[in-house]
Amino acid sequence: MDAALARLVDQVQTARAANGHFRIVGGGTKDFYGNALQGQPIDVRPLAGISSYEPTELVVSVRAGTPLAELEALLGERGQHLAFEPPRFGPGATVGGMVAAGLAGPARAAAGSVRDHLLGATLLNGRGEVLTFGGQVMKNVAGYDISRVLAGSMGVLGIICEVSLKVLPAPTATATLRFECDQADALRRLHAWGGEPLPISASAWWDGLLILRLAGARAAVEAATLQLGGEAIEGALAATFWQGLRDQRDEFFVNAAKAIDAGAALWRLGVPQTAAALALPGEQLVEWGGAQRWLCTPAPAAALREAAAAAGGHATLFRANDHHADKSAGCFHPLSAPLARFHRELKKAFDPDRVFNRGRLYAEL
Amino acid sequence: MNAALPAEATDRALRAERQRAVVAALAAVLPPHALLWHGEDTVPYDCDGLTAYRQQPLVVALPETEAQVSGVLRACHALGVPVVARGAGTGLSGGALPHALGVTLALAKFNRIVSVDKASRTAVVQCGVRNLAISEAAAPLGLYYAPDPSSQIACSIGGNVAENAGGVHCLKYGLTLHNVRKVRGFTVEGEAVEFGSDALDAAGLDLLALIVGSEGMLAVITEVSVKLVPKPKLARCIMASFDDIRKAGDAVAAIIAAGIIPAGLEMLDKPMTAAVEDFVHAGYDLDAEALLLCESDGTPEEVAEQIERMLEVLAGCGAMRMEVSKDEAQRLKFWSGRKNAFPATGRISPDYMCMDSTIPRKRLADILLAIQQMETKYQLRCCNVFHAGDGNLHPLILFDANDPDQLHRAELFGADILETSVEMGGTVTGEHGVGIEKLSSMCVQFSPEEREQMLALKRAFDPQGTLNPGKVIPTLARCAEYGKMHVKRGLLPFPELERF
Repeated sequence: MDAALARLVDQVQTARAANGHFRIVGGGTKDFYGNALQGQPIDVRPLAGISSYEPTELVVSVRAGTPLAELEALLGERGQHLAFEPPRFGPGATVGGMVAAGLAGPARAAAGSVRDHLLGATLLNGRGEVLTFGGQVMKNVAGYDISRVLAGSMGVLGIICEVSLKVLPAPTATATLRFECDQADALRRLHAWGGEPLPISASAWWDGLLILRLAGARAAVEAATLQLGGEAIEGALAATFWQGLRDQRDEFFVNAAKAIDAGAALWRLGVPQTAAALALPGEQLVEWGGAQRWLCTPAPAAALREAAAAAGGHATLFRANDHHADKSAGCFHPLSAPLARFHRELKKAFDPDRVFNRGRLYAEL
Repeated sequence: MNAALPAEATDRALRAERQRAVVAALAAVLPPHALLWHGEDTVPYDCDGLTAYRQQPLVVALPETEAQVSGVLRACHALGVPVVARGAGTGLSGGALPHALGVTLALAKFNRIVSVDKASRTAVVQCGVRNLAISEAAAPLGLYYAPDPSSQIACSIGGNVAENAGGVHCLKYGLTLHNVRKVRGFTVEGEAVEFGSDALDAAGLDLLALIVGSEGMLAVITEVSVKLVPKPKLARCIMASFDDIRKAGDAVAAIIAAGIIPAGLEMLDKPMTAAVEDFVHAGYDLDAEALLLCESDGTPEEVAEQIERMLEVLAGCGAMRMEVSKDEAQRLKFWSGRKNAFPATGRISPDYMCMDSTIPRKRLADILLAIQQMETKYQLRCCNVFHAGDGNLHPLILFDANDPDQLHRAELFGADILETSVEMGGTVTGEHGVGIEKLSSMCVQFSPEEREQMLALKRAFDPQGTLNPGKVIPTLARCAEYGKMHVKRGLLPFPELERF
């Protein structure tokens, strides 16, 4: 065990004995996400560095404190990337934070989520044990898939120390098309196109415009561009747009930040892609072929939760002022009774003394 | 020996008494024809695809409705009786091996396709629906279900979810995990529960990722919502032969290094090629030391571009012979050999044992050469098929189960392959599951603390431990016993493996 990891283990053992608890900290770029932070910070950044990268194996193993930017730069040198396009809320974002938050970008519907690309992980649990699950290979069904549960776990099961991720070649060609249409029409088009073998890699609708990204082999992208029509957006401009959308620096999110200052909240609704346009006040940005709806709205939590549940999905209070009433009631959608029980029991199984990230995901965890 | 007889008689009496109690409890929730307990009726359930292990269940329950599944689970939970869920029974690791004092919950009657929807590209199917039947139902809409285990004609989606089944197109299209949106089922207490959602994510911890591949240890699955994908306009396959296994392995790495993700990338070694060619006449090159099948799918333009690039790479790696499928019939013929690897092996040997380890692709030649040496060591033959694209190896060890010594040597041979795979940075099972078969190998792959964490996870879902007990995660005692056996036999190495 190296010195940085040994120090973390020691901190956890000491805190556990003294009934202390921690909030796990990386770059701190997602402190806004989830329920209120509790406990003393425990910094994972000393646990940094790429452990191994073999482009022909399509796998990179990287320690959790490594800056995401460093990882992406390394992959870029070999023409590869993280296909799920994780958002970067600041230059300090770490790989561990990316996995713990489990957020994916515009390519999610086509390329899959963080969890889909997680092959293995080393976890420091609440008993101070360092455990490795999964591995560095694509197919692995030895025992429960504990590494994948860490994606989106918000640190409640322990400290993610190292992860192995599946990486993929970056597409050789991309094209971006623009269509003027209302939301209902955009959803209709997306559902129809989705049923065809088209290389659609991302979509976004906001304010009467549907933006579509194609990516893949040159021949496939060119054929699809001809078939779909629309107005082609020039490469550099398109790249800026998709980067901005991914990192939430796009105009919709800039406006949302201002609205949040004025008391509104930014909600993320995960719904079936075929859900109709949601009848709620405020601006809506539709991504993932209709499966992700961003809402910047003054509407109360109950209205959002009800609309999401009625559509067969769930609503997350993504960003709000700290003193926003709904934030203290919990950011994440309430769970069914059996799922809530499994959450409590899993917390007990991994972190019986609640050493890590108390309440960050759900109050009782 | 004699002293054991009264104990056996007592065991028999206890079993009969327990059987009466379970039958009485289940008769209250199931119609008479859905409850089997006479010896001759339960025989068909005494094993799954791993036929070397057999056990007659105490009782077989064949529910027809979700309410009945819930009722059976509630009754068994109240009595503390083990429940082993069973789908089509094609599993290769003994995951559905019955419990001597437990109920086998056979879910074959859940065979209805609930809905297939083009706009959301989703099929909702009951757990007993066969894998291939999903694609057949989706075909009129131009869609299909991507994971295609070789047993797809018979295996059910519930079993696919339990094992996180793979297939020959995983590298591009993912495993069962990547193609399932939602699973409906019941907790061990008989409470209805849903994991995942019809959206692309769900609130809270990703428990769907835990349920997929959990081998019936955490919940019972009754309904699955799967993702469908548009059927590619065209698929073509290259068959390439090599005079050296190492060259074939290098070719696989070279294709990936060129930035290509083929739809399928499979390898067969020489003995395997001979066995399948004799069986299905796929047109395989019998002189090749290794044969590669490389598939491309997509639009005609895309396929043409990718096939050309792959041919270039393969030629550069020293392929002796290359042939591209001219039409769909020929493409299917190329695949028929690969897909019939197991039955073809069944023709040349009374029995075979199928291994399922995964290794990093770059160690492909190393493990194949190690297996060749093991053939000498254990005096048994072995044929190899390999999901080369994702590093998943299926060595088929040939033996005659009627000869106890051969069976014993085959088991040692298999364990040796699994442990060598772990040493090379791989895993003991890629897609078949641990079940009962690979319990001991789990002792090698995981530390005591890791195994204890998995047992704690199991308790979080199943506090009494009555769902499929004795599978997947070995107890500390079992691993201690296995460690001792290793040293005593001195046949296998047992190094302190480096963890990663």
